[in-house]
Amino acid sequence: MKQIEITLKVNNKARRATVAPRLLLSDFLRRDLHLHGTHVGCEHGVCGACTVIVDNLAVRSCLMFAVQADGCEVTTVDSLGSINKLHPLQQAFWEEHGLQCGFCTPGMLMVAIELLSKNPNPTEDEVREAISGNLCRCTGYQNIVKSVMSAAKKMQAVTEAAA
Amino acid sequence: MFRRKGRRMKPAAFEYERPTTLQAALNLLEDDGGKSKVIAGGQSLVPMMNFRVVRPDRLIDINRISELDYHRIEGSELVIGALCRHAVLKESELVNRACPMMHAAYDWVAHGPVRNRGTLCGNLCHADPASEMPAVVLAADSVMVLRSSKGSRTIPADQFFLGQYETATRDDEILVELRIPTASKGQGWGFHEVNVRKGDFAIVAAAATLHVAAGNVKAISIALAGLGSHAIRLTAVEKAFIGKEATDAAFREAAAACAGSIDPTSDIHGSAEYRRDLARTLIYRALCDARDRCS
Repeated sequence: MKQIEITLKVNNKARRATVAPRLLLSDFLRRDLHLHGTHVGCEHGVCGACTVIVDNLAVRSCLMFAVQADGCEVTTVDSLGSINKLHPLQQAFWEEHGLQCGFCTPGMLMVAIELLSKNPNPTEDEVREAISGNLCRCTGYQNIVKSVMSAAKKMQAVTEAAA
Repeated sequence: MFRRKGRRMKPAAFEYERPTTLQAALNLLEDDGGKSKVIAGGQSLVPMMNFRVVRPDRLIDINRISELDYHRIEGSELVIGALCRHAVLKESELVNRACPMMHAAYDWVAHGPVRNRGTLCGNLCHADPASEMPAVVLAADSVMVLRSSKGSRTIPADQFFLGQYETATRDDEILVELRIPTASKGQGWGFHEVNVRKGDFAIVAAAATLHVAAGNVKAISIALAGLGSHAIRLTAVEKAFIGKEATDAAFREAAAACAGSIDPTSDIHGSAEYRRDLARTLIYRALCDARDRCS
C-alpha cells in the first residue's frame, strides 16, 4: 500500500516522515518520534491515556491516523517540562499526589492544559467535567482534581507576575 | 518488543485519499462498490478499525473540504454541514436558540476530546443504536441532505435510520448537510437519558417536543434511542395525542402507550423490561418538561 509523506510540527519542532496510512498518531509519536510520554491504553478511544493536543484541541491520538496530522501542530506531554524544571502543572501533580502508577497521567495533564488555556480559573466541577473522559485505576480522581486546581493557582500567579 | 498473535489492536491496511473538494470526494465514491469509507472525525469509525471489526479498502478523508464546515440559519432552518464538529455545536449560541434540545442533549454526548474531532453528521451516519443525536434529530423533524456524483436528494430523519449502524446513505453518497426546523415560538422540548457513566451511550434516551395551545396538545414529537436497533419516532402515539389536554395524566398515558409499543433488546446494560420501564419514565419526564417550557 502507498506510503504518504507528512510534514507537521510536534512540540514546536518541524518533523517530516513517510508513513503508512494505517499508522495511528499515537504510534507515530511513540515509535517514529520516540516521544514516549503519550501512553497507549485501550486503543479504542475510551481511556484517554493517549490524549495529545492537535491545533489547540485535545484529541485522542489513538483515534487519529498520522497522515491526518499532516500540516498540524501537535503538542504532547513530553513538551511540558523537564525533570529539573517541572511545568507548574507537573509540580502540582507531584505535590498533591495526583498520580500513583502514572499511566493515565499524560492524558490527564493534556486535558488539564487544554482546560486551563481556555479557563484559567476553573471550578472543581469544571475540572471534573474536563477529566471525565480519562480513566484512572489508582487514585480515585480526588487528588487529580486537587492537582489541577492547585496548578490553576500556580499558573495564574505566573501570569500575574509576568504582567 | 513483540505482540502476542491475535492481540493486535491496529487497523488493517488501506488506501488513503484526501480530496480537497466535495466533487473530488464524490467522484472517488462513484463506482466504488462500497469498498471505501468516508472519514471525518473518525471517533466511531477508528475504534472499529482498530478492532478490525471494519476493514475498508480505502478511506476518503474529508477533513480538508472546508466548504463542509459550517452551521448557520437559512430561513427557518438550522443547517449543519458534514464537517461541523460536536464541540462547535455544543458551544454555539445559534444552536442554543434554534434547537435548545440539541444544546441540552450535548451534555450527554461523549467527552471533550471526542467532541473536538467528531462531527454530528458522522455520528448520524454511524447510527449507533444508543447514540443521543439520532433521537434528537428525529424529535426535531430534521431532514438529511445526501449527495453523490449524480446529484442530491433529501430524506426525512424518520426514513434515515434503518437499523443497527445502518442508514439510508448509499455507498456512493455523503451526508453533506443536516437541516433542522428552528424551534418555533412557544415550542417546548424535553430530553432525558440514563446511562452508566458520564459520557457513555444511553441505556435509553428520550427526546420530545410539544406545542400547546389553550391547554391542548397542538403538536407533539417523541423519539427514543437505546432500544437496540435504531432510534425511532413514536408516530402512532403522537397521532393519538393531538388535541388532548396537556396534563400530567395525559403524559403518563402517552408514555405508557409508547412503552407498550416498543420492542427493546436485552444486553449487559439492561434487560428489555428495564428499558421498557426507562422509556416510560423518561418519556413522561420529557413531555412534562416540554410542557413547562412552552411559553
